[in-house]
Amino acid sequence: MSEPARRIPVTVNGAIIQVAPGTTIASAVLMAGQTARVSVSGEPRGPLCGMGICFECRVTIDGVPHQRSCQILCTPGIRVTTKEMTEGSGGSATP
Amino acid sequence: MKWSFDILVVGAGPAGMAAAVTAAGAGQHVGLVDDNPAPGGQIWRSGAPLPAAALRWQARLDASSVVRLHGWRVFDCPQPNLLRAERNGSRPAHPDAEIDENRDCAELRCRALILATGARERFLPFPGWTLPNVMGAGGLDAMVRGGLPIAGKRVVIAGTGPLLLAVAAHLAARQAEIAVICEQAPLSRLARFAAGMFTEPAKLWQGARYRIAIRQTPYRTGSWPIAAHGRDRLEAVTLQQGRKRWDVPCDYLGCGFHLVPNLELPELLGCRIEDGFVATDAMLQTSVPNVYCAGEPTGIGGVELSLLEGQIAGLSASGSIDRARSLARQRRRKLGFVRALQRACELDPQLRGLPTNDTIVCRCEDVRHQSLSGHTTWRDAKLHTRCGMGPCQGRVCGAAVEFLFGWHAGSVRPPLFPVSVSSLVSPREPALANENLVAANAFHENAKETP
Repeated sequence: MSEPARRIPVTVNGAIIQVAPGTTIASAVLMAGQTARVSVSGEPRGPLCGMGICFECRVTIDGVPHQRSCQILCTPGIRVTTKEMTEGSGGSATP
Repeated sequence: MKWSFDILVVGAGPAGMAAAVTAAGAGQHVGLVDDNPAPGGQIWRSGAPLPAAALRWQARLDASSVVRLHGWRVFDCPQPNLLRAERNGSRPAHPDAEIDENRDCAELRCRALILATGARERFLPFPGWTLPNVMGAGGLDAMVRGGLPIAGKRVVIAGTGPLLLAVAAHLAARQAEIAVICEQAPLSRLARFAAGMFTEPAKLWQGARYRIAIRQTPYRTGSWPIAAHGRDRLEAVTLQQGRKRWDVPCDYLGCGFHLVPNLELPELLGCRIEDGFVATDAMLQTSVPNVYCAGEPTGIGGVELSLLEGQIAGLSASGSIDRARSLARQRRRKLGFVRALQRACELDPQLRGLPTNDTIVCRCEDVRHQSLSGHTTWRDAKLHTRCGMGPCQGRVCGAAVEFLFGWHAGSVRPPLFPVSVSSLVSPREPALANENLVAANAFHENAKETP
């Protein structure tokens, strides 16, 4: 509309990046050079399906773990942390 | 107050949009629930220029009285007229605030239900497929539409089906370098499929346009990736065509073997499944009274058929049987395409040899091929290895083990997705989040601006 160049600041693992409106958190994570979750045997994983079914893009968003980042849009000031050890004690991640 | 509708539509892709708009036009109070931030499903995902039909249906939806719940995921259906949904991305308004998870669970009641749950890509395991930046073909496309920069990146597209050409053409238009497209089907079968398409000139023309858009890109038939390489993300793939094998360095691999329908909700409701799809009558009523199904879950047939089926389901659920019947005649003429497409995309048996002993098959639980091969049923394998028991509940490995071992998925049980305990025990109506709608609208504005 009137602000085509509007950028949204997002924090990924402590680093701030600027993304365009409409950017998913999954894309922002990759743009920040990060991968998403760590598998049960310790492998880094990134998005596979891009549509909310594979659960590979799970990250912690504003302190809430296990969020599918491909289905959530970036909003100003959102804080994302990745590479939580995913299984077991759900709430272990710290923002 | 609980949310209560005459007709509830699950899924806001082309079929669901058409169903909701049509039913609302027939005077029904309609709810539309979908787990994505905006309508359009996967095929009309915003973030790229949308076809005229998408904009037309979007405008109709915007002008309609349909109550839209974007970003909500149905996880249970205790009765055919009662669904329970949880909001995606639930988070406290303030980082230090207590999480009120109750506000993120909803109870949705309805007189009739229309299932337009769409389809997902079929993934097959091969060495290295769990590396970051190996995605589905549609998965990579969705990421790019979601903001991932692709200009100047080297991309390999592989798998099977018409989606490969569409994705390659879109990414090329964004200045990606498409190194090669590998289609597993042999050329002879594709030629037969194309020859049989004379009744669908629009589809032929679209395919030709995609091909012209990427005429510099090699399109290899009877060809597929046999390995992906990289340290902690993708660096190269090994491709095979007949006896020939070669390596291609690349940044992304988009690999999907056609589509499989999302049947979890129809199965939970007890809808009869035939040959892997939801069985319906000509009016698109399933085997469960007052439950209708439209779009890919009835057979993979693409956008036009989905729109038609959405309208039929919307009309028959509204009791407008005469109008539904005339559209149903149009639909019948298009069903040949569904069968032809399925034949064209049939998987080469050689693909069963892709995984090696230590290739992960179940990505959620890191279950490797060797630990599965001794089992005789999926249930047996599940109990011993946890295959298919992670968060995705077999949505990824299910179609793979069906192809690899001939195992069929067992019964579907709620919750259909992992949900918070509070959602399980405390249903509430959704705070029809303005922020959600605002975000969805902003998304669309942005999509329109994309050159």
